[in-house]
Amino acid sequence: MNRKVFIGFVKKEFFHIFRDRRSMIILFGMPLVQILLFGFAITNEINNVSIAVLDKSKDVETQKIIHKIAASPYFEIEKVLHAESEIEPIFKSGKVKAVLIFESNFNKKIQTTSLAKVQVITDATEPNTANTITAYVNAILQNYSKEINHNAHSKYDIAIESQWRYNPELKSVYTFVPGVMTVILMLVSAMMTSISIAREKELGTMEILLVSPLKPILVILGKVFPYIFLSIINAIIIVGLGFFVFKMPINGSLFLLTLESILFIITALALGILISTISNSQQTAMMISLMGLMLPVIILSGFIFPISSMPLPMQIISNIIPAKWFISIVKAIMLKGVGIQFIWKETLILLFMTMIFMLLSMKKYKIRLE
Amino acid sequence: MPQNTMIKVENLTKTFGNFTAVKGISFDVKKGEIFGFLGANGAGKTTAIKMLIGISKPTRGTAVVAGFDVQTDSEKVKRNIGYMSQKFSMYDDLTIRENIVFFGGIYGLSRQEIKQKTEQLVQELELENYIDQLVISLPLGWKQKLAFSVAMLHEPQIVFLDEPTGGVDPITRRQFWEMIYAKAHTGTTIFVTTHYMDEAEYCDRVSIMVDGSIEALDSPKGLKEIYGVNSMNDVFLKLARNIE
Repeated sequence: MNRKVFIGFVKKEFFHIFRDRRSMIILFGMPLVQILLFGFAITNEINNVSIAVLDKSKDVETQKIIHKIAASPYFEIEKVLHAESEIEPIFKSGKVKAVLIFESNFNKKIQTTSLAKVQVITDATEPNTANTITAYVNAILQNYSKEINHNAHSKYDIAIESQWRYNPELKSVYTFVPGVMTVILMLVSAMMTSISIAREKELGTMEILLVSPLKPILVILGKVFPYIFLSIINAIIIVGLGFFVFKMPINGSLFLLTLESILFIITALALGILISTISNSQQTAMMISLMGLMLPVIILSGFIFPISSMPLPMQIISNIIPAKWFISIVKAIMLKGVGIQFIWKETLILLFMTMIFMLLSMKKYKIRLE
Repeated sequence: MPQNTMIKVENLTKTFGNFTAVKGISFDVKKGEIFGFLGANGAGKTTAIKMLIGISKPTRGTAVVAGFDVQTDSEKVKRNIGYMSQKFSMYDDLTIRENIVFFGGIYGLSRQEIKQKTEQLVQELELENYIDQLVISLPLGWKQKLAFSVAMLHEPQIVFLDEPTGGVDPITRRQFWEMIYAKAHTGTTIFVTTHYMDEAEYCDRVSIMVDGSIEALDSPKGLKEIYGVNSMNDVFLKLARNIE
């Protein structure tokens, strides 16, 4: 009998979800819009950035480097400058985002001292773009110096080499797919469940359910089950979009990724239940979810702002955000292709947090009943 | 307890910290009786009902409902009672039929029973054309009657109605009370709270709670004689004034 009752309960829950336009938009519109927005509009990548070049030596080497830069898809040489006085006006006109300056006697210096300088001046009114441009130019130059070192058979030249591992092209898709996935799972699992439980309280139907012979635990399970299902579908949509549309690699085990996602979904559900025990209206549940969950997830999880560049107190606080651990798990699996032996610590932390949330909400639930 | 006693409450008490919401109340309700449970807001009515329907544990005292102790057998109590609260207690975004199927289901009715109940209910309430419409589209009066019928789906021996007619027009209230009478005639015990003193007159017996205790308990006629007034409204006012 219990199974039949449970199925009936879940069916009712799906009626609620499918008949509410707002829920449907959050469930299925949001992941699509977010992924596409982050994928196409908000991007840290640069493409066809206009730059200017001031080549003071005009020798073989500088020509080679300039050709290399011009040939890359990231830059387009808008103008060749002839004097330093031209730099300021061209920035002010807004035509270019960066100017490359090769010092005089570039080739000669490389041959004799093996040290020649290229100056990169960027328009830092857009700091992110400026940073990225510098990084890209650096990458091209490093590459180039590696080549000449190699050709020269010189054992003494030491070139500084930086590498962007796991994301050599610094593609932002690699950070936003895990980020968007985390935000959406949080939104669907925690916010939607807490709102749907609060809704029953607000309408008075929760009382009816508690007076019925249904076990309270069955009521809660019946309420969260549809959202587990929908969250998994959402995770599949997001990873699928990342993989097929934005070519995000999945280097690790898909099975492990699924397990970890289910763990995070349960963490978020436990949080959602906890929120619903302390809020009696949908409005409250939504406000607590948005302020207490979404904001920290977006700001403190490392999704948008790197944790390492936060002030120390913020870095410490970020440790209690479940999303932070999940994002690092997803990145490790998808990009580094690691197995559980490298992410067991993060997994344990999530498990531990989930247990605490569950214990807390059970305690709250009991107090309410008495 | 005797066969025809449906609710037996003895010294029932509920305290929250330092505050005692229900102070050792005792009363019996017989089978088929319409028992009015009155009291001002904050008098402890809701707390008392919550203990009787098994969602709040008594601090002291006992309550036996439909033959089962609410402390130890709340599961069985829940199976044998119906409940309808002042908040409209059905799902707005489900059709009438879906609501019946759902609530029938959680009380363990079989598909056959649910089908039969649906037909019966549709006939009684003349809802033939509305059975597959969302409940939200119905007028409040209909919803209230429907909610009562749904609370009675599993044929409980006792039904608890917590201010069932709040915000409903007088004609619907009258019709609603006719439904209550009809059910009481078939032997169902009705335990009802209300704010409307004219409704108190319809009850077989009425208890009036003031500050967590039952200050009066008798038939409406008896109460009016004791306090020497003409209406339940005056009984209520007199009691409240005496306490102050």
